[in-house]
This record gives sequence, structure tokens and C-alpha cells, in this order.
Amino acid sequence: MNGSSADALTRSIVLWCPDWPIRAAVLQHPELSPDAPLALIEKGLVFACSTAARAAGVRRGLRVREAQARCTELAVLPYDPQADARFFEPVLAAVEQTVPGVQPIRPGMCALRSRGPARYYGGEAEAVRVLLAVLAEHGVPDARAGVADGPFAAELAARRAAVAPGPGPGAEPSVFIVPAGGSPAFLADLPVEVMGDGAFAALCTRLGLRTLGALAGMRVDELVERFGATGARVFALVTGRDAQVVVPRAPQRTLERQLAFDEGLDRVDQLAFAVRQTADDVIAGLTTAKLVATSVTVTVQTEDGRESARTWLHPRWFTAVDLVDRLRWQLQGSGSGGGELAAPVVRVVFTPESVDAAHHHEQGLWGDAPDERVHHALARVQSMLGHDAVVTAAIGGGRLLEDRQVLVPWGDRSPGGTAERAAQPWPGSLPDPLPATVFLPRVGVALLAASGEAVAVSERGLVEGDPALFAAASGARSIGSHAEALRLARPIEGWAGPWTVDEKWWDPVAARRVHRFSVIDADGTAWLLLFDGAEWFAEARYD
Amino acid sequence: MRSAGASPVSAVEKAQADLERIRELKSRISGMERTRLASRAVPTLPAFASLLPGGALQAGGIYSVAGSMTLLMGLLSAASASGAWGGVVGVPEFGAEAASRFGIELARLVLVREPGDAWLPVTAALADALAIVVARPGARVSDAEAAKLAARLRQRGAVLISFGSLWPGSEAVLAVTGSRWSGMGRGHGYPRERLVTVRSEVRGGRARVAQLRVPGVAAPLDGVAEARPETSVPALRLERVS
Repeated sequence: MNGSSADALTRSIVLWCPDWPIRAAVLQHPELSPDAPLALIEKGLVFACSTAARAAGVRRGLRVREAQARCTELAVLPYDPQADARFFEPVLAAVEQTVPGVQPIRPGMCALRSRGPARYYGGEAEAVRVLLAVLAEHGVPDARAGVADGPFAAELAARRAAVAPGPGPGAEPSVFIVPAGGSPAFLADLPVEVMGDGAFAALCTRLGLRTLGALAGMRVDELVERFGATGARVFALVTGRDAQVVVPRAPQRTLERQLAFDEGLDRVDQLAFAVRQTADDVIAGLTTAKLVATSVTVTVQTEDGRESARTWLHPRWFTAVDLVDRLRWQLQGSGSGGGELAAPVVRVVFTPESVDAAHHHEQGLWGDAPDERVHHALARVQSMLGHDAVVTAAIGGGRLLEDRQVLVPWGDRSPGGTAERAAQPWPGSLPDPLPATVFLPRVGVALLAASGEAVAVSERGLVEGDPALFAAASGARSIGSHAEALRLARPIEGWAGPWTVDEKWWDPVAARRVHRFSVIDADGTAWLLLFDGAEWFAEARYD
Repeated sequence: MRSAGASPVSAVEKAQADLERIRELKSRISGMERTRLASRAVPTLPAFASLLPGGALQAGGIYSVAGSMTLLMGLLSAASASGAWGGVVGVPEFGAEAASRFGIELARLVLVREPGDAWLPVTAALADALAIVVARPGARVSDAEAAKLAARLRQRGAVLISFGSLWPGSEAVLAVTGSRWSGMGRGHGYPRERLVTVRSEVRGGRARVAQLRVPGVAAPLDGVAEARPETSVPALRLERVS
């Protein structure tokens, strides 16, 4: 029993970069200074703050407003967990280069087995010194390290290193080494909060058990009965039976491929031909890893040093042809532009952003499902006309019809919250029946009194003039002049209005005030008109 | 010109009799065709039963709708509601929300708003995969192109609806010839309900006329809460022509 538990303990090193989210945010926004007060916000609360902000009294968990009250020059940014992980990746890779077998615990923290590096560098302290030097070289000069039995104790040791340097020979301010076999004693002094289980900590504190060591006196079955899984875990930790091991991650495969040209290419067709091989390589790399890519970022660098990157989604997964298409669309912009590019392209990078296991996307045994045929046909049309040319519509929220339809290019996700906005009540939106023809953009028309003068709506929303004539050009063309309006004008059968739509009056930029009218023309066709500013527009037609 | 023995009157009578016979044969042929095609009918609202040859849209058929978006949506609605994919080419003013009120499933409706000169290849590409394709011809279609596309449609079993202009060889050409609104006055009211007269020119047959009421069912102001079988698809309702 004793022997096996000693074997189960993995002597571990944990490297910790304090305030990593802040560091990542500064890397992402180079205009920010790491010494300035800065806070990252998640769900309205401070998630992380810089040293300067902390000195001013900002703490994690504060409301934004309170944090800003405590520190008036506080810069506030939304917390971006993806950026966190993305910027930690090169750091991890650097550690991996020095010592293989790294387990990322979270962005900003990783664990390693200590046996190998300790032997190689001639001691744990030496190994840790090398690793910290590597981190400092990669932009984390204030990293901390902890060495203990088991990654959990090592993590706490690393956190302790921030407060006080550890004992032992060659102790450095940023390193805390718990001697072998000393982890239970080290953990016994720590408060129950370190278990990361709020309910457990609160309960223990109420029971007067303030440290993990206080729990060590209890029997394991009592602990499990009273505290469940956390109790069992505490028992294992304080008695030195932590079975947690360092699980090194598999070395990352590089899925990204790039192609550089010595002499810039300035024609889309040349470029599309040249990148075909690279696109094949990307897909082959994914296939070898038994992955498929569902979103890919295409980065294009031109000779004048500009870089354009766009992330493309795919409703199924990318093939080599799709990649070449995306590159073409990106270069041509939306629509089918000409072959000439603004500046010669010198570098193209394909970076798979989200990948999925290929077996989730296997084709059926009996050939393509009908939806896949649809997808192929639409992809063909997209390659003819451009990505944005093929859309599906979704109902959005709003009062005017142009707000109520959201067009989403085939393969993209509809913007978040569309369905929720559509489901909200929109007082002032149209009741049934809805007009089938919606003019986007709206078409200029004319509503005239019998005398030929234009009807207007006053500031107070009153109709000035008696609508008698209506003029609309054929097709979706706007009426050019008053003379044309008089020529096209025909008597109306009925009219109703105005219904005023007054939106966002509190925002001078987005404010919109239009008056809606319904008009039935001589043919019996009903129109939905808007009086905006001093002009008449057709918003829609019931035809 | 005429043989000496027969009087002009009897010649006219003979010609009329021949015409009758030709008509009868034609209708018999079309009747036979109908039974053959009926097995491949595309779900269509019952409101269109009397307007379309065979009582419904036929897979592989070409239809023309002149100008009325409501008619177009009515034609699309039942097929889309029953799970078919649809495509609309070159009709940027297609009102999505009205379409969804007609029972058209927007997630299965693909819009190619501005196909430009490529409208015909785009239409052909969509017809390969989608069950119903609506296209507004961007230019006159030559007979050869039309025949090629018609063959493709027949092979794939897709329906083409030409919107806004007449397609050569349409099974039926639907147009709104009259429209009467109720609910609107001069300065008050709201366009609430509409009675449209639809005229359908069927190929090789006589024109058919029907009156449809929009909205047909589940109209909020209808006031009658009677059970209607077609309530699941809020759409057009057929009124008998008096």
C-alpha cells in the first residue's frame, strides 16, 4: 500500500505566468502598456487586472463600475479566452523545445515531470532555472515555478513562490521547491479554499476546519461521507497519495501551410493556380491527422507589406478546391471582380482554425445525402459569383422590413441573437398580411395631391395635403424628378396612414423617424410607403 | 380554293367539326399525359388545383408567373413546407418574412439575388440539386437554351418557375388580372384582405380563371375560428368563381 502510493506520486514542476490574461491582452493590443492599469471584463465583472490596477484597489470579481470608481484611469477590455490560449501556445512550444512532455493546465500555466529535466540539468533547482530563463526569453520575465510531489501540490508551490521563496539550497525568489515527500506537510498548512470548491470551503470554515491539515485527522470514510469526492481528494493529498500524474500533450502538428513567392503575383488566376499544391498539402496534412477543417483563416500578404486575413467557415468541411475558392473570393472581394490585383501577392497562409475528427464527417455508405448534393450545387454557384452571392434569409428583429430580413451567405453562421431579436415584440412592426415584395434598397416614389403638389407629413405627424395621385416607375427604379412623377401619376383607390416609426431617438447617429403609409393604386395593388425626410419611398409592395 | 361542290357554309361547319375533333384528341392526349405525370406531382396548395394542368406543379415542368410575388410564394409554399429545397435567382425583392408566413422554410430557400449575366448557368446549377427554382430571366432565352434546360429539369425532376417574363414552353402562365382590397378607406384602415383574380393560360388548353383570397387561412381579423384542414400552411384560399 505504502509502496504503491509512493510510486503514484509524480514529482512535478509547474510553471506559472502570473496575470497571463493581462499579458495576452497586451500582446493582442500592442497599443496598451503592461504597466498601465488595465482590467479584463467577463460578464460585467473584473476577470483579471494588471499590477497597476491591483495597486489601485481593483480586484477580481468587482463590478466594472466599481473598479472604474476605484481607479479612474482604468482601461477596460472584454476578456478573450481564445486570445489567452493563442498567445500561450508559442510559450508552451518553447518550453516543449527545452523539455519534452508538457501538460498545459490552463493558459498561463503548464506542468512537467521533473525526473527527466532534473537528471539532465543536474538537479531540480537547475532545471527550473533553465525553464524560467526560457520563459523570460519568450516575454514572461516574472514567471514562477513550483516543484512538489504531484502537479496539484506543485501548482500551489508555484503560487506560494509569488509570496515567499521556498526553502532549500539555491532558493530563488521566483521558485518554491517542496522537498521530496514534503508535499503532505506543505499542503497541510494551506487553507481549504485552495481546493477550488466554494461550497466545500464554506462548509469547512463553518465547521472550524480552516486548513487541509485539519482534515487530515479524519478517517477517509468519514471525509467521503461528509464531503463526497472533494473529501476523498483532500484525504489523498494530505496523506501523500495524490494519484494525479502529468499527462504530456501530444506534440502539436502544424496544420498551417504557407506559400511565399519571390516575385509577387498580381493576377488572381496565376495565384489560384500556384496555391493549388499548397491547398492540397493543407488537406493532406489534415487527412493524415484524421481531421477535417470546418473553418480556415486565409492570410494574404502583399508586396507593399499589407496583410489581409479572413476566417472562412464551411457548412461541411474544406476540400482543396474550396480553399482555392476562398482565396479567390478574398482577393476579388465580394462579387466577381477582374483578374488584376491591387498589389502583387508575396505570401499566402492557410491556417485551419477549427478542426474536427474526420469520422464525424464520413459520408454515408449509400452515397451522398440529398443535402450534400444541394451543398455541391451551391458551392458551384458560389465559385461562379462569389461567397456573398448565395444567401439564405433569416427573420431578424426590427420594425422596418429591411431590418427584419437578415441575409446570411451560404456556409456562414447567422449573426448571434438573430432569432432572439426576432422573437421580441416590436410594437410598430407590420401585422399580417405582409407584403411579398420588399424593396432593398427602397425605391423613390411620389404621392401627390389632386393639384399635383407633393403630399408631406408635418413634424407632428399630420398629413399635409389630400393624397390623390401616386406615381411609381416600372421595375425597381426610383422616380427621378417631379415632372416624371406628374407624368406617371395615377389616381389612388385608397390610402391610410401615417404610422410613425420613431426609433433610437436617444442616439443622434442611429435615430430614425419615418412615417408609414399604405396606398392602393389604380390597378388594385397595395403599396407600403415611407415618408423619410421630405421624400417618399416605397418600402414594399403587396403584389 | 374550295372544291366546286361544297358550299362555303358546309366547309366552315366541316372545319369546325375538325377543330372540335382536334380539341377532343388534344384533351385526351393531355389527359393521358396528366395521368403519367400525376405520379410526379410536387406538393402544391389546393388553391391552385383548378389553375394548373394536372392540379399541381409537375416535376420537370416549367411555369411562368407574371409579376405577382404572392402567387409565386403560394406556388413555392407547399413544396417547401413538405421538405423540398428551393432557390430564387435574380429576385432581390423577395420578401423573406412574407415567405415564411406562407409556410416557406427559409433555411431551405437559397437566394441568389444578383446573378448578373450568369443567371442561366446559375439557374441550371441550382436545378441540378433543388426541387423548385424560381428565376427571373435576365435576358431573352433562346429556344436552344430553353430546350437544354427543359431536358435537364425533366431529368432531375425539378420545377422551374420563371418570374416576371414568359418562358418559352411553359406548362402554365399565371397572372393576376384583378385585385380587390378590403379594410382600406381614404385615410383610414389597413390593407387587410385581398381578393385576387388569377388567370392561368395552360399550354394547349383554354385559359382558367380563379379567385383567391389572401391571406386565406388563420387571418387574424377573419373572426371565424372554424376548423380548416389546411391551417398548418397559412396561405391562399380558393374562392369559387361565380
